[in-house]
Amino acid sequence: MTGRLATVGLRITHSIPVILGVVVVSFLLTRALPGDPAVYFAGPAADAASIAQIRTALGLDKPLPEQFLIYATDVLRGDFGQSISTGQPVSEDLANRLPASLELTLTALLLSCAIAIPIGVLAATRPGSAVDHLCRILVTAGVSLPTFFTGVVLIYVFYYLLGIAPSPLGRLDFIYIEPDHVTGFYLIDAAIAGDWETWLAALKQLVLPAVTLALFTLAPLARMTRAAMLSALSSDYIRTARASGLTDNKVLFTYAFRNALLPVITTLGMVFSFTLGANVLVEKVFAWPGIGSYAVEALVVSDYAAVQGFVLAMALLFVALNLIIDLTYSMIDPRIGFEAK
Amino acid sequence: MTDVVSNSVPPTRNHGALDHFLYVLRSNPVTLLAFMMLAVLLVAALVGPAITPYDPLTSNAAIALQPPSLDHWFGTDNLGRDVFSRVIVATRLDLAISVAAVALSFVIGSLLGSIAGYWGGWLDSVLNRLFDTIMAFPLFVLAMGIVAALGNTVENIVYATAVINIPFYARLVRAEVNIRREAGFTQAAKLSGNSDIRVLALHIFPNALPPMMVQVSLNLGWAILNAAGLSFIGLGVRPPTAEWGIMVAEGANFIVSGEWWLALFPGLALMFAVFTFNLLGDGLRDIVDPRQRT
Repeated sequence: MTGRLATVGLRITHSIPVILGVVVVSFLLTRALPGDPAVYFAGPAADAASIAQIRTALGLDKPLPEQFLIYATDVLRGDFGQSISTGQPVSEDLANRLPASLELTLTALLLSCAIAIPIGVLAATRPGSAVDHLCRILVTAGVSLPTFFTGVVLIYVFYYLLGIAPSPLGRLDFIYIEPDHVTGFYLIDAAIAGDWETWLAALKQLVLPAVTLALFTLAPLARMTRAAMLSALSSDYIRTARASGLTDNKVLFTYAFRNALLPVITTLGMVFSFTLGANVLVEKVFAWPGIGSYAVEALVVSDYAAVQGFVLAMALLFVALNLIIDLTYSMIDPRIGFEAK
Repeated sequence: MTDVVSNSVPPTRNHGALDHFLYVLRSNPVTLLAFMMLAVLLVAALVGPAITPYDPLTSNAAIALQPPSLDHWFGTDNLGRDVFSRVIVATRLDLAISVAAVALSFVIGSLLGSIAGYWGGWLDSVLNRLFDTIMAFPLFVLAMGIVAALGNTVENIVYATAVINIPFYARLVRAEVNIRREAGFTQAAKLSGNSDIRVLALHIFPNALPPMMVQVSLNLGWAILNAAGLSFIGLGVRPPTAEWGIMVAEGANFIVSGEWWLALFPGLALMFAVFTFNLLGDGLRDIVDPRQRT
């Protein structure tokens, strides 16, 4: 048990240099702004004196290492700078919009796991069957799908042609009032408030963007599940389990599936990275008011502090997520604790 | 009797690689198809602007938003430009961006990976930390950040796409170089008086090329998606330039009113290109390393 705890501690310390690296890169990105940041922040009507004043206020006259220290302390305090377009601190904007993105991303990932893992398992247990071919088609076609294009096609089919989807504008149709803010997840908040009409409306808005994202993540998950199941099923311990007379279900789920789950979880971490990127595109297509569309809006008006704050926040989120995945990994697989020194 | 034996010609093994290549193509029609699709893309990229029926930039308000017809195979957009011509012309730009980006990351990744794998030590640790840091970002988001920081131009799209791909190449080369650092042929080459750089470049590095080719092909598809995604959100390519991502973005505004052809055809072209490179990558992997077939 102490070995396990030490592993967890070691893994957490391992992520510190990565976080440091991420902060350095995002510092470099903020300082690599086209032209002089002071001139940019001072605005178009500024004269030399006010530019100099801004330069001092922003600390841009100090040497670079000192600037970095200031930047790092700001980030540590959760200060990501000021957004020019909204006039709010970037961290506040991001925090307000994060639940919308998380609700979309998590729904999409759940949906995609619920489809991809059974397909992968079935394809591996019945090689050459219809499910196997379906899996292969899905895997090859899925990775070629540009998310933004899938979204546009889904809107055309389900909104314009069939008329069963609501208009692709945000999280809730304007005739509904958004539920009281508890978690920021509309589905959960509406359920807490017991407002099932709003819940249904929010779900309807969520379906198309979530399916778009899920289609994109389906391919790597199904591919990895199939490959992991195949290699687990052909291993010696499965042969032994079969020879010992265990039932097929017991062999499949208790022995093969649990072992096959490990690489699938690793893939899930990678897929999450793609999803955070694809989120930006899907949010733009569906006018979803998450942090991705916030960054796109900021890009359009050259609000650099907001964009770089978004990049940094995404990276930190991703590092945290990878940490959680690695820790889950060491929970599922007890061998890890002893192999890592 | 002896005559019969001497007459049967022993099978020649001179063209091993080529034979194997042709054998794989024959036995795997999908790979053959991928090569044919690649040929279509290359033709469209090379002679595209010369064979399009209309000028991709000439607008004509009189024929705006017409559905596909015999005159305009893919219809016309909101300014009356021919969508077919624009889709064809865009091939060159999209391929150029992704090929340039992948070539850059191939070269830089190979250099850094070789250095890290061959000399090891503190250089290896520093480079590994660097790659870890790049991989710690969601890659599309990092590309957005880089383009936003460097400025909104097509060249910067290429640089951003190259940067986010470098770790994949560097890691691959590092692993391939590292396992051959102490190999017999390496030591033999060193003993014959070759310098480190010569051994690395001419004896060790070529071994990494086959897996690199697979990576390049898979990466090209991904780079096209990435570049199109960036221009979809308004980075890099500016209107009225014809580019698939931006055309889908412009077409998306008309999809809710039913003008599907504006977004569909550039989107399909994009999928076709990505699909081609993915198929090609899978096919190349079968040729290079049959064990990894899934």
